[in-house]
Amino acid sequence: MSLDAKIPQGPLAEKWSKHKFDLKLVNPANKRKYDIIIVGTGLAGASAAASLAELGYNVKSFCFQDSPRRAHSIAAQGGINAAKNYQNDGDSVYRLFYDTIKGGDYRAREGNVYRLAEVSVNIIDQCVAQGVPFAREYGGLLDNRSFGGSQVSRTFYARGQTGQQLLLGAYSALNRQIHAGKVKVYTRTEMLDVVTIDGHAKGIVTRNMITGAIETHAGHAVLLCTGGYSNVFYLSTNAIGSNVTAAWRAHKRGAFFSNPCYTQIHPTCIPVTGDHQSKLTLMSESLRNDGRVWAPKTVAIAEQLRKGAIKANEVKEDDRDYFLERKYPAFGNLVPRDVASRNAKEMVEDGRGVGGSGFAVFLDFADAIKRLGEDTVRAKYGNLFDMYIQITDENPYKQPMRIYPAVHYTMGGLWVDYNLSTNVPGLYALGECNFSDHGANRLGASALMQGLSDGYFVIPYTLGDYLAKIGPKPVDTKHPAFEKTKQDVVDHVNKLLALNGTKTAEAYHRDLGHIMWEYCGMARTEEGLKKAKGLIQALKADFWKNAKVVGENEEVNASLERAGRVADFIELGELMVDDALMRRESCGGHFRVESQTEDGEAKRDDENFAFVAAWEFRGENQPEVLHKEELVFESVHLSQRNYA
Amino acid sequence: MSEFKQTFNSSLGKKLIMALTGLFLCTFLIVHLGGNLLLFSKDNGFGFNVYANFLTHFPPIEVVAYILYLAILVHALYAIILTIKNRKARPVGYAVQAKSDATWSSKNMGLLGSILFVFLVIHMGDFWFKYKYTNEVNFKEYRTDLATGQTTESTYTPAAADFSHSVSTENNVEIVRVKDLHARVVKTFSNIWYVLIYVIAMGALSFHLLHGFQSAFRTAGWVHRKYTPIVYGIGCWVFAVIIPLGFAAMPVYYYFVNRG
Amino acid sequence: MSNGNMNLTLKVWRQKNAQTAGKFVTYKAENISPDMSFLEMLDVVNESLTLKGDEPINFDHDCREGICGMCSLYINGHPHGPKRGITTCQLHMRTFHDGETITIEPWRAAAFPIVKDLAVDRAAFDRIQQAGGYVSVNTGGVPDGNAIAIPKVIADEAFNSATCIGCGACVAACKNASAMLFVSAKITQLGLLPQGQPERYRRAQSMVAQMDEEGFGNCTNTGACEAECPKEIKLTNIARMNNDYLSAKLFREEEIHEEQHG
Repeated sequence: MSLDAKIPQGPLAEKWSKHKFDLKLVNPANKRKYDIIIVGTGLAGASAAASLAELGYNVKSFCFQDSPRRAHSIAAQGGINAAKNYQNDGDSVYRLFYDTIKGGDYRAREGNVYRLAEVSVNIIDQCVAQGVPFAREYGGLLDNRSFGGSQVSRTFYARGQTGQQLLLGAYSALNRQIHAGKVKVYTRTEMLDVVTIDGHAKGIVTRNMITGAIETHAGHAVLLCTGGYSNVFYLSTNAIGSNVTAAWRAHKRGAFFSNPCYTQIHPTCIPVTGDHQSKLTLMSESLRNDGRVWAPKTVAIAEQLRKGAIKANEVKEDDRDYFLERKYPAFGNLVPRDVASRNAKEMVEDGRGVGGSGFAVFLDFADAIKRLGEDTVRAKYGNLFDMYIQITDENPYKQPMRIYPAVHYTMGGLWVDYNLSTNVPGLYALGECNFSDHGANRLGASALMQGLSDGYFVIPYTLGDYLAKIGPKPVDTKHPAFEKTKQDVVDHVNKLLALNGTKTAEAYHRDLGHIMWEYCGMARTEEGLKKAKGLIQALKADFWKNAKVVGENEEVNASLERAGRVADFIELGELMVDDALMRRESCGGHFRVESQTEDGEAKRDDENFAFVAAWEFRGENQPEVLHKEELVFESVHLSQRNYA
Repeated sequence: MSEFKQTFNSSLGKKLIMALTGLFLCTFLIVHLGGNLLLFSKDNGFGFNVYANFLTHFPPIEVVAYILYLAILVHALYAIILTIKNRKARPVGYAVQAKSDATWSSKNMGLLGSILFVFLVIHMGDFWFKYKYTNEVNFKEYRTDLATGQTTESTYTPAAADFSHSVSTENNVEIVRVKDLHARVVKTFSNIWYVLIYVIAMGALSFHLLHGFQSAFRTAGWVHRKYTPIVYGIGCWVFAVIIPLGFAAMPVYYYFVNRG
Repeated sequence: MSNGNMNLTLKVWRQKNAQTAGKFVTYKAENISPDMSFLEMLDVVNESLTLKGDEPINFDHDCREGICGMCSLYINGHPHGPKRGITTCQLHMRTFHDGETITIEPWRAAAFPIVKDLAVDRAAFDRIQQAGGYVSVNTGGVPDGNAIAIPKVIADEAFNSATCIGCGACVAACKNASAMLFVSAKITQLGLLPQGQPERYRRAQSMVAQMDEEGFGNCTNTGACEAECPKEIKLTNIARMNNDYLSAKLFREEEIHEEQHG
C-alpha cells in the first residue's frame, strides 16, 4: 500500500490556508449528530475535546487518571514557542519553521512543520484569553526567553511550570464544555482496543479501572491523544502511568507506527541513585545557560570522586575537562540536547563518570556564582536548585550538580497524514502520540506547541472533512464488531490474570528498560541492536510464562494494569529495535555508531534514509512490514548540523 | 429560594453571619469595659450604680441590648449549625494527627465559645437577671452636697414596690436613689470560686478573640496587604490582651483589694 | 543498619472499596534506602506483597515529580508527610529514621469517598471546576496576546494561585474538611486577571454553590491548609473568594442567570 501524506499542493506558506478552504464542512445543525471519542486529556486531548465540543460535536473524553487535569503535559517545565516576534529580533513563521526542520535533522515534513509554525501565534492568543498567567514584563506585556536550538527569543513561559498552566487552561476549556453537556468525561478509564468496521475506526473498548467493567463506546471518529512511549525505557521523565497501550493496540488493529526509534534523551536530569528508582526527574535545559559541564580529566581522579575520597570542589582546575566547551567552542554548553547527552555518556564510558554509581557528570555553577553572585543565581534557578536539594540532599550552591541524560520524549508515534489521520480512516492521532512534526529530534519548547496546535487549530478543521464525507449515520455498539473486539479484550485480560509465576510485571519492565537503555539508548550499533532483539524476544516469552499478576478483574487492580502495559511495551521495544536496525544512519536522537563523521558527530544519509518509516503489524510474532514515505524538501536545503 | 435566603444558607453566608455578629459583640465589649471601669473609682459604687441604672432605663440602650442578646444567640446557634456541618464533612477521623501549624485558638473556637456561653449564663444570672427581675438587689441613696461635692450614702428602702430610681435636689443637695448593683459586685467577687470562673472565662475570651477578630475580617473578605497587619494588631493587643485583662482585673481587684 | 538503610514498620489503611469497612494492617518495610522516595518505598513493599500473592497496597500516583497532584497519603498525621511544600512523591525516606513506625491513612472527607486502600475519589474537585472555573472563550477569535497589558505583579499573583495542583491536601489538613483553599485559588487566579473579569461574580457564585453541594466543611481560617499545601497557596485566596462571593450576593445588582442545558 502507498502512503499518501496528503500534503496540499502549492507554495509552502499557502498550503494550510488553501487546504482549509478545500476541506469539506459539516453543517452547524448536523454537528450534534456526530459523536467523537477522544482518548487522553493532555494538551492535545483536552484542547481537541474542548474545541470540537465548542463547534457542536458530542465528545466522549477518556483518561486513566482520576481527573483530566493530571495528564502528563502538566509536567512540562520550560515553555512554548511561538513566532510572535514580540522581541523585534528577527523571528518569523519561516524562521520557526526553519529552526524546527533543522532541529529535527531534516526528518520531518515541510508542510506539517510550516503549519505548526503558522498556528503557533494563535496558540499564545488562545491561552492568554483563557487566563493562562504567562510571565510578563513590568510594562505588562508578555515576556520571552530563548531556548536551545534557536537564535531568537520566542519562548513564552509561566515560571518553570508552563506545561501545568497550559494544561490547566485547556482543562478549563474542557470543563466549560462538560458543564455545557457537550463533553462527557470518563476518568479512571483505560482504553484497551479500537473497534473497526469496514476498515473505519468506529469506537473503542475500555476498562473501568474501579469496577473492572469492560465497556464499548461508539463514535464517528476516534482521536488518540495518548502521549509518548518513553516509559519503554522503564526509567524516564514520564509519569509512571504514561504508557503506549492505546497507540499500540491501535497499531495492532492496522494503524502504522512511525519512526519508533526516534527518542529524545534530555541531558540535564538528576542521576539514578539505585535500583529502587522509579522515575527520573528533569531539570530545565536553561541550567546550561550558566552552568558549566565537566568531568575529571583522568580515570584516577574520577575513581577517587566515586569513592568519596575527594570532593568535586577539591579537583584542581587543570584536572577538569570542560568537554562541551572544548569540543564545541562556538556553542559550548548550549549544544543541542542529543549532542550534550551523547558526550556525557562518552565520559562515563571512558571511566570518567562521577557520583556513587559513576553514571553522572558535573554541572558546575561556581563560576556563575562568582560572576553574578549567589542571589542572582538563586533568582534565576532557585526552584531548580531546591528541587535538586530535595532529591539528592546535596547543595548545588556549594557543590557542582551531578547530571545525567534521561529519556524524555519520543518523536516517533502513530503515522498520520497532513490531516492527522492515521492510515485507518476515522482514527486520528494528536500530540506526542503521532510522529509528525519533530522529525528525528524535538527542539525545546516545541512539544507544548505541537500538542495545542493539533488540538485547537488543526483537528477542528481536518476532522470535519472526514465527518462530512461519511455522514451522520449513527454508530451503534450493537454492531457485532464491538462484541468481537470486546471479547478479544476480555480474553487478553483473562490471559494476564492467569499469569501466576514468580516475577512481577514491574520487574519485567525494569529488565526491558535495561535492554532498551543499553542497546537502543543514546548510541546504537548493529551488533547491540541484534543482541537486544534476541533479549527482548526472550523477555517476552518469559513474561507470558513467569509473570505474576494478582487480584481479579472486578476491582481496582494495579497489578493487572501494569502487566497489560508492560506486555505492550515489550512488543513496542522490539519494533523500536527493528526500526533502529533498519535506519543505518545517524539523525537527531538516533545515533548509529557506524554512521558518524570523523569528529564523532552524527552523520545523516539523506540519499538512502530521507523517509518516514511506517511499520505495519502483520500478526502476533510476525515480522512487521516497513512502508516508506519519502520526505520531499522543496524549501529548505539539507545540510549537516554543525554546532562546533 | 429568595436571593437572601440562598445567600445565608450558603457556607460563606453562614460564616458571614458568624463574622458580623462576632464583630458586633466585639464593639459591645469595648463599651462594656469602658463602663465597668467605674468599678475602679473609689466612690462606693455611686458612678457604677448610676451607670447601671442608665443602661437599664434608657430606651435606645435597651433596644441595643436586645439586639445584643440576639447576636449572642445567633452567634452560638450558627456556631452549632456550622460545627454539625463540619463534623459531617469528615465522618471518619484520622488515627494520627500531628501537631499542626494552625494556632491552638483557631482550632478550639467551639470549646472557647462554649466556655464563654456558660460564663455568660452565670454572669447574666448573677447581675442582669437579679438586677432586673428580682428584689435581691437593694437600693442605695447617694446625697451629694452640690456646694462641696461631698457624697454620702445610705441604704434606702423604697416605699412602693415598683420603685426603680429617682433623682431630686433638696437644699442644694442632690439625692440619687438607685439599685445598689455595686454591692452585688462586692458580694460576688468576695467568693474565690466566682473570681476563678471570671478569670478563666476571660482567658477563654482572650483566645477566642485572638483568632476570632481577625478571622471575622477574613470571612467578610476584608484583607489588604496594608491594613490586615493593623487588624491583626488590634485583634491581638486590644481584643486579646487589654480587654480580657481589664475585665479580669475587676474580680481580682475586688477580691484582694476592695472588699467593700 | 551499616549501609545506612532502614527497617520500618508501616501501619497502612486497607479497604477493599467504598462499600466495605477498612482497617489498619501492619507491614514491615525492610532495607529501605534513605534515597528512596516515599512512593518507591511503597513500591518495594508492594513488590514483595505481590510475590507472596497478596494484593498490593493501592495508592494514587503518577508524575512522581510533584506536579500532577495525583498522589495523596496522610503520613504520620500530615498530608503529604511531615515536610513542607512538597508532595508525597517528593518526600524522601531520609526524612524518617531506622525503626520508625509510619502510619499511612487516606484523605478523610465525606466528599472524597475511598476508592481502594489509600486512594480516594476527588471527582468533587472536577465538578467544582466544571461549575465555573474557566473564562468562557471559544477557540479562535480571541485578541492578540499582547492586546491587554497586565501588570507584572498581578500576573505573578495570579500565577501563585494558579499553581494549585488539585491534590486535596487542603481538605485533608482542614479540621472541617473544607475545600475553600482549592476553590478560592481558581476564583482568585481568574478574578485577578482582566480576562476573568466578565464572569468574576458569576464564577464565584457557581463554584461556591457546587462546593457546598459536594458536602465539604466550612473554613474557620485556621490556616492548616496553607501550612500543608504542597504549593504553598496562601490563605488570602479564601478572603478574596469571600469578598467576590459576598459582593456578588449582597451588592451586585445584575441578576444571575444560570444557563439552562438540555
